[in-house]
Amino acid sequence: MQVALMVPCYIDMFYPHVGIATLELLERLGVDVVYPKEQTRCGQPMANSAGMTGANFVVAETGAIVVATNEGNADLSANTPPLHICSVGIEKIIPTTESLAVFIRLLARSAIGDTITQYTSTFRGPRKGAAMHVILVDNGRSARLGMKRFWHSLKCIRCAACMNTCPVYRRSGGLSYGSTYMGPIGIIMMPTFEIRKYSELFFSSTLNGSCTNVCPVKIDIHEQIYGWREVMEENDQIQVVKKEAMRVADEVLSHPALYQVATTTLSTALEVIPHFAVYNRLNAWGKYRDVPEAARETFHEWYRNHRPKTDEVPAA
Amino acid sequence: MNSAETLSRNTILDAVRANQPAAPPMPTVPHFHTNQPADLVTTFCESVARMAGVVVTDDVPDLDSFLRAKFPDAKIICSAIPEYAGTMKPANLNHWSEASTIDVCVLRSPMGVAETGSILLSDVELQVNTIALLAHDLVVLLDPKQIVANIHDAYEHPHFKLRPYSLLMTGPSGSGDIGGIVVHPAQGAKTLTILLSPTPNASERTG
Repeated sequence: MQVALMVPCYIDMFYPHVGIATLELLERLGVDVVYPKEQTRCGQPMANSAGMTGANFVVAETGAIVVATNEGNADLSANTPPLHICSVGIEKIIPTTESLAVFIRLLARSAIGDTITQYTSTFRGPRKGAAMHVILVDNGRSARLGMKRFWHSLKCIRCAACMNTCPVYRRSGGLSYGSTYMGPIGIIMMPTFEIRKYSELFFSSTLNGSCTNVCPVKIDIHEQIYGWREVMEENDQIQVVKKEAMRVADEVLSHPALYQVATTTLSTALEVIPHFAVYNRLNAWGKYRDVPEAARETFHEWYRNHRPKTDEVPAA
Repeated sequence: MNSAETLSRNTILDAVRANQPAAPPMPTVPHFHTNQPADLVTTFCESVARMAGVVVTDDVPDLDSFLRAKFPDAKIICSAIPEYAGTMKPANLNHWSEASTIDVCVLRSPMGVAETGSILLSDVELQVNTIALLAHDLVVLLDPKQIVANIHDAYEHPHFKLRPYSLLMTGPSGSGDIGGIVVHPAQGAKTLTILLSPTPNASERTG
């Protein structure tokens, strides 16, 4: 007997060992297993009695919800079962169909670098004999609207341009933020949902401002990140260890000579310091990560050796 | 509407009203026609190609032989246009998930968009909305006179205010990455072929 093995996307990405175990079991039972490599969909929406989607925009004028996808998965979930439930944040409501054109242009260009997504759909109501429900979610949004310094983050259209440009996000990846929204926009959104849990997310930023530069809806992201640091400091939400580390960093970074000594000795120090001294309870950063191997020569040293002429910035 | 729903809705609305920043007047949205392409059909064809769709500009005198030649393995050809019979009609589907049995579906779109390469399909043209997702290959007829310049013009189409479902479809299904076309197909239609064909007049349609 020949069996074609279907490994759904969820198993493929998160639990591949389940797929491997299934394959090995079938093979041990003498089954001739083939794995069609081009499989992409499990067909779940075909059998479901309800489909859930979010929405990219909601149009006040017509009551339409607008969904933009490349795959067509939202359209499949919304159209196939007899019940469509749409859950959407209140900030996604825009005034008119006319203004929708502006937002669709902004979204696609900033998200995928093209003029539109493959499936850009408008749902104004259910088909005959079906039902459609829209759940408008507040969850801290109306409160954020009242924060003079932070309400601009509600303009976000979830294009992810700030993530794609962020040097921290590009190296650490989304999961390291431990939150629903990640990257620069996640940093300024998450504390309005849960201030305590995300009280230290703001340190996952170099404040380089690249996010603010690319934001199509002009959110001052890096300035809000800085603003949230001040709020956390005022509310005493920052750990003592982090504060002490910051105090030391402040001391080192404000004295160039001290900085030179610190960076030059680091590579030697990392070689001789025992593992437990670098990775301990005080080093939250090293809990799940290794410190990268320090270079033999810092840029400062290289520059001194290769560009012997002094080119001090002339005093103003 | 029960009282709990009314209560939570009013709580949200009251909070929004209390915190709403002062709003500037609503701007007039321009149509951005200053850079309008001279030839909408050429621009449309280029845009469709960028999203991995195909446009046939040559005249197709016999639709049936065109489809048989292009899709030799197709068994079920669903026709959602009156001038062609196909092997079945959307009305023959008992359940909307049955659209997955369709090999090729032929439709007519009332509008194309040059800027994006999109075609408009609503519940009027699709009849069974899942056809746009579950049919393996889509062949869409479009009158070249019905191509508009950009997305601002497109959203003026009455479908967006009148129809329950309106889809701007741009190329076949793709994947959610930069460019959006690394995986083909990801979930929906595998191929999208657009035939530039003038809308038949009433006498031809009944013939």
